[in-house]
Amino acid sequence: MTNSVPEFSAYTECFLITGSNTTEAHPLVASHVMEGLERGAKLIVVDPREVQIGRLAHLYLRPRPGTDVAWLNGLMNVIITEGLADEEFVANRTEGYEELKQVVLEYTPEQVEEITSIPADDLRKAARMYASHKPAAILYAMGITQHSTGTDNVKSCANLAMLTGNMGIPGGGVNPLRGQNNVQGACDLGGLPNVYPGYQKVTLPEMKEKFEKAWGVTGLSDKVGLQVTQMIHGACDGSVRALYVMAENPLVSDPDINHARHCLEQLDFLVVQDIFLSETARLADVVLPGTSYLEKEGTFTGTDRRIQRVRKVIEPVGDSRADWEIICQLGQRMGASGFDFASPKEVMEEIARLTPIYGGVSYERLEPENEGFLQWPVTAPDHPGTPFLHKGKFSRGRGKFHAIHFKEAAELPDEEYPFILTTGRLMFHFHTGTMTRRTEKLHQEVPEAYVEIHPADAARIGLDGQKRVRVSSRRGEIELAVRVTEYIKPGVVFIPFHFAEAAANALTHAALDPSSGIPEYKVCAVRVEPVSS
Amino acid sequence: MEYKNVLTTCVYCGSGCGLYVQVLDGEIVGVLPVKEHPISRGKLCIKGWNATDFATHPDRLTTPLIRDGDDFRAATWDEALTLVAERLLAIRDEFGPDSIGVLTSAKCTNEENYLLQKLTRAVLKTNSVDHCARL
Repeated sequence: MTNSVPEFSAYTECFLITGSNTTEAHPLVASHVMEGLERGAKLIVVDPREVQIGRLAHLYLRPRPGTDVAWLNGLMNVIITEGLADEEFVANRTEGYEELKQVVLEYTPEQVEEITSIPADDLRKAARMYASHKPAAILYAMGITQHSTGTDNVKSCANLAMLTGNMGIPGGGVNPLRGQNNVQGACDLGGLPNVYPGYQKVTLPEMKEKFEKAWGVTGLSDKVGLQVTQMIHGACDGSVRALYVMAENPLVSDPDINHARHCLEQLDFLVVQDIFLSETARLADVVLPGTSYLEKEGTFTGTDRRIQRVRKVIEPVGDSRADWEIICQLGQRMGASGFDFASPKEVMEEIARLTPIYGGVSYERLEPENEGFLQWPVTAPDHPGTPFLHKGKFSRGRGKFHAIHFKEAAELPDEEYPFILTTGRLMFHFHTGTMTRRTEKLHQEVPEAYVEIHPADAARIGLDGQKRVRVSSRRGEIELAVRVTEYIKPGVVFIPFHFAEAAANALTHAALDPSSGIPEYKVCAVRVEPVSS
Repeated sequence: MEYKNVLTTCVYCGSGCGLYVQVLDGEIVGVLPVKEHPISRGKLCIKGWNATDFATHPDRLTTPLIRDGDDFRAATWDEALTLVAERLLAIRDEFGPDSIGVLTSAKCTNEENYLLQKLTRAVLKTNSVDHCARL
């Protein structure tokens, strides 16, 4: 996030929420939005599903899934043609405006209505509302990123925020709500194939030299490594022989899991370090029992770049070991130096030395009697941290507008597969369900998978009161319960992806965004048929 | 009787809510919200209120496992760690560093993510390290 969650309750005058089921997936972030609304802020929700927070919206737009660039360009079209842009910000802080203008002028509200099915007048109202209330914050989640055009979608959000001068001010910005407790930290600390910790590029000679010196090794690779989906494909074609998986479950979370399973079965050696025998662990050659967050010390970094402590509550269950200890012991067995840490606190000291954006982080500062949390960049022990980014200037200098045209999703509905499938989460479950489905109070709320379908579509497929359906795509099929609801747009069906036995990802399409490598979970074509019980 | 409240950070979504875990004689007995926390402000969602039960579920893995045909057999840490270290180094040497892929974790700590990418880069000598941020 460019900004901080508490700014939503304190400063934001207009929220644009898109592709985020905020109240279910990030309930306490939603509480800050609701407090902002009580203060009088405006709310625009753009989502093909009528998510709960849409019921509080002053304007609620329902685009056809996969048309985000079109409606975002449409908003900018209205803002530019009606003179609502922040001309001073555009002139002083940005570049590429003329190119952007040329492209978005093609996206008139009427043309956008044709692509997205959002009524032209609603789009005009939304543009005026967003542009005339400042600060305005854009909030999004995987509904924006999980498309083959995800990077275009994100850049379009940034275009909109810059066009209206909503960058570098409290309460504004472009704010992706991160879906995992430490997905921000895993990225920050170099769990990515192109960067060392702190987003320092592996291809830069000075970075290779810096880390070789710091780690006391030679021969660090200066070649960008494989992304997760590429590793899975590599397993299939034999270029990847071994995979080490720490606390992830790609056999439920990856797209087109039937294919992914086939690929993992080709590996010479699969190691899974986890707390449960997950679907992925069942295929492993060796399973190493790690511990939960309750059995170790450490830190997590939240969605607003907030670094906070994790503290040990109980001893490791059985003969399990904290994951940091397992990696250190493995490093030592491989004969490597630099893995003899006595505690995670010592690891953080090394992180701070090598990672400029974490340079001022220490466990002492994270104690509640001191600051309690730090928001990066926090570059030195006396640096206070950064609640919002891009104040005064962008990290690259001027903010760059990207002129982007709308592109259709990779797979569109047709006669054989007439519905668009979109996937997501529920309030009571988390990701692949390994934790929440083992928590009785959560599991009993929604014990089984289901698909949401609009009443008109239910009639069209002849559901006729049947309780179960078969949903199939070009990649697989699943059988599950059906819920008929007007909260879903006609022509679209929704399946939560928490349930391995009726895995939505048996159906999804492995088309990837070319630059982020994110799969298109939010759009694929499916068929829905009643199953007699 | 020994009772304490341990301040920690929720393990579910990325909001970063604070919570106290209540511990009585080494056993978790409940969860309390943190009034002064800047995100959660004395509240929790239903997942946060129930963010501990899974940890002590009977399905927890309690010992290393090594494949034995279609099934697994229990192993000691010594045996399992040695096997993993030897096999990974052998595969690196035979097929090259880029024949190994590593997935770090959005559920694990910063320190653990740092250590695993360090092991991947400094020891296995490949940048093929990623995690499920994209998924």
